[in-house]
Order: sequence, then C-alpha cells, then structure tokens
Amino acid sequence: MKFLCLDCHAAMEFVARQEPGDGTFGAAFTCPNCGRSIALLANPMETQLVGSLGVKIGGRTLDQPPLELVRSKLLGKDGAFASPAPADQPGPPAWSAEARDRLERVPSFVRGMVKKLYADYARERGIREITPEIMDRARAELGLEGM
Amino acid sequence: MSFPTYFDLPHADRSGLAEQIAAQRRRVAERLATVRAVVLVMSGKGGVGKSYLTAGLARGLAPLLPRGVGVLDADLRSPTVARLLETEGPLAVLADGVRPAVDAAGVKVMSTEFLLEEGHPLAWREPAQDRFLWRGALEVGALREFLSDVAWGQLDLLLVDLPPGADGAVELGALIPDLAGALAVTLPSEESRRSVSRTMRAAASAGIRLLGVIENMSGYRCGRCGELKPLFPGDAGARLAQEFGVPLLGSVPFSPGRLTVDPALTARILDLVA
Repeated sequence: MKFLCLDCHAAMEFVARQEPGDGTFGAAFTCPNCGRSIALLANPMETQLVGSLGVKIGGRTLDQPPLELVRSKLLGKDGAFASPAPADQPGPPAWSAEARDRLERVPSFVRGMVKKLYADYARERGIREITPEIMDRARAELGLEGM
Repeated sequence: MSFPTYFDLPHADRSGLAEQIAAQRRRVAERLATVRAVVLVMSGKGGVGKSYLTAGLARGLAPLLPRGVGVLDADLRSPTVARLLETEGPLAVLADGVRPAVDAAGVKVMSTEFLLEEGHPLAWREPAQDRFLWRGALEVGALREFLSDVAWGQLDLLLVDLPPGADGAVELGALIPDLAGALAVTLPSEESRRSVSRTMRAAASAGIRLLGVIENMSGYRCGRCGELKPLFPGDAGARLAQEFGVPLLGSVPFSPGRLTVDPALTARILDLVA
C-alpha cells in the first residue's frame, strides 16, 4: 500500500499510527514536498482482517515477541503463560526409564496426580532425577502406598 | 484525472505487509533449522485414533532418537495430545521463545490444551460480526507461531498431529520448509478409506511426500483366547497403500489403556526419518 499526493505526484510518508482501543486503526501520512497530511482510518472489520495476519501496518519498530498473535487474540485462560523461573530455581526433575515404567503402571485416571506428587516431592528436595528408589522414599514419607 | 500507479512510485511500500509476511516465514525456517525432520500425521475424518497414535509414536521414538522428539498438536479446536502425554502448563515465556511442556519421556509438547479454559471452545478476541472472514487466518497464524515461537531446540523429529481433513496438511506443507512428509492414519472401513484417500490426494497435490499408511483399530485382542479378531470390516490400510504406492507401515489393534505402539511400527517410522 502506498499513498500518493495528487498535487505533487509524490509518495506520502508514514508519520504515525493510532490504535484507540475501540477496534479501529488510524495511520497518518505526510507529503514530503508540500507538507499536506492525510489520515487513513480503518473500521473494526478492516483492522481485524489485517491484524489476523499477525502484521503491523506501517511496519514493525520492535522485535515481534513470542506468540504475539496467540497471546493478544486468543481468549485463553488466566495463567497459561508464566514468567521464567529465576536462574537459581531448577526446572522440573527428570524421570529415569525405570521410574517412567513404574509410573505407567499407575491407573491412568490418577496418574497425572501421582506424577505431580512425586515431581513436587523431588523439586522440594532439590532432587534432579526421579528413580524407583526416590519413588519408594516418597511413598514412605508421604504415605502414598499403592502408588 | 490521471495519476501514477502503484508501480510508478519507486518508493518502498509503507504498509510493510509483504516484508512482514516474508519475515514470518523466515522465522519459521530459522526455528526449525535445529529440527532434523518434521512429519505430519493426518487422517480424513475424526475418531481414527490419530492423536493416540501420534502420542504413542512420540513415546516410543523418544528413547531411540538422541536429540529428542517433539509433538505439535495442530488440532487447535479439539486438542488431545497434551493430555495423552500427561503434560500441562503454564508455559514459560522467555525472550527467545516459549518453552514447550515436557512429558515424562522427554517429549516436548505444544498445544492449545495449555491455553484454553477447561471445557471452553477455541475463541478469539474479535468483532462479533463476520467472524468467518478472519477465523482461518487466525488459526493458521496460531500454527505458524507454534512452529516459529516455541523454543523446540535440537530435535530429531517433530510430529505434527493435524486436525481431521486435508486443510491442515496443505497449509502446514506450505509453511514448513523441507517437510519430511506425512503419515496417513485410517480405520479399516471403506468409509475411512474414502475419506483418507481425499486427504492423501490433497497432500500429494500440494507436493507433500506421503510416507506411508497406518491402519488403526485393525481388530482387537480377545481377552479370553488372545486371538486377534476383527473390529471393523475392510482393508483400508492395504488398499490406500496400494492406491498411492506407499508402504502400509503397520496395522494397530485396538488396545485401550496404555499408550504404547508396536515396536515394529516404531522401527519402521525410525527408518523413514533416519
């Protein structure tokens, strides 16, 4: 899209973008020769059509943040995204192959809950890998007999 | 009145839309540069167990592929893979991308399951009228961001669990550079064969390499005698393989409960992506 000054036959230059928050969009352009200014005013449907492409009219001035379209347009649940853990907090513990096999034997309808119990146990104690021995210890300490 | 046309003006396009679309594609390519193979898993209609197979394959392949396996749940409206792999959010957002969830076997997972309220449909912030105009663009945009903005890291294989039908394969086929190909999942029935045939033909027409067919629910194992008995009439897997000149990679019996796939099938998939 280009904007032409009919008096000068010159391409007008983009000056400013306006997003008032009512679903509409505005962009101002000025002729570099005569100084005439105009504004493009888009209705909510036009604004939505362009916004759905994940682009910014007039170009980007900042790097695109991760999942910008999804995070700005999707009606999702609160807390779907989290700030990164501080560097001194480890990530989730790993599961050894034997521990995974044992977890697989837990009935599926409670497996997620049981997995979280073991993971929380390991995380709280700074354990980096969950093994059958760790699971036995957790069962004894947390009273998880049969899990 | 006469005035210059678009191409008469030598100046750059001020909207910058074309450059931004090109930048989006570059972003996908740069992210997937560390993924050795991207494979689509597709079907015709829903209910063939495609997501279950995808999750089972990911679990089976994860210990065999040293750089790891990822699963992108491209079924935005009806996500299931994340739950099958027992993964959950919240997802950490870092400057270089969103961290995927990781299952007990180390499989990296991205899905709208992490983003939607329990029991709520996929919905967007949008004007109430004329939603049909931009819904498709929003959904493809979300898939593009799942590919480009999730920090997949080094992976040997990224499995993409597609929604039923051909559209997802065609759209993602255009978006993913150097796509390894697509696996087709069918039930044994004639109805499924017809439906999957359409999807395979659409994918092939879009230039997507067909890697093979997997026939799911090819009978069930009798609890008393252990014999494999038919569940649906038909031989859709073999017929589709013959029709498209691709291998029938496996016939998977109905086995509710454990998320496991026959090691022989896993080995054939491994050969395909090796």
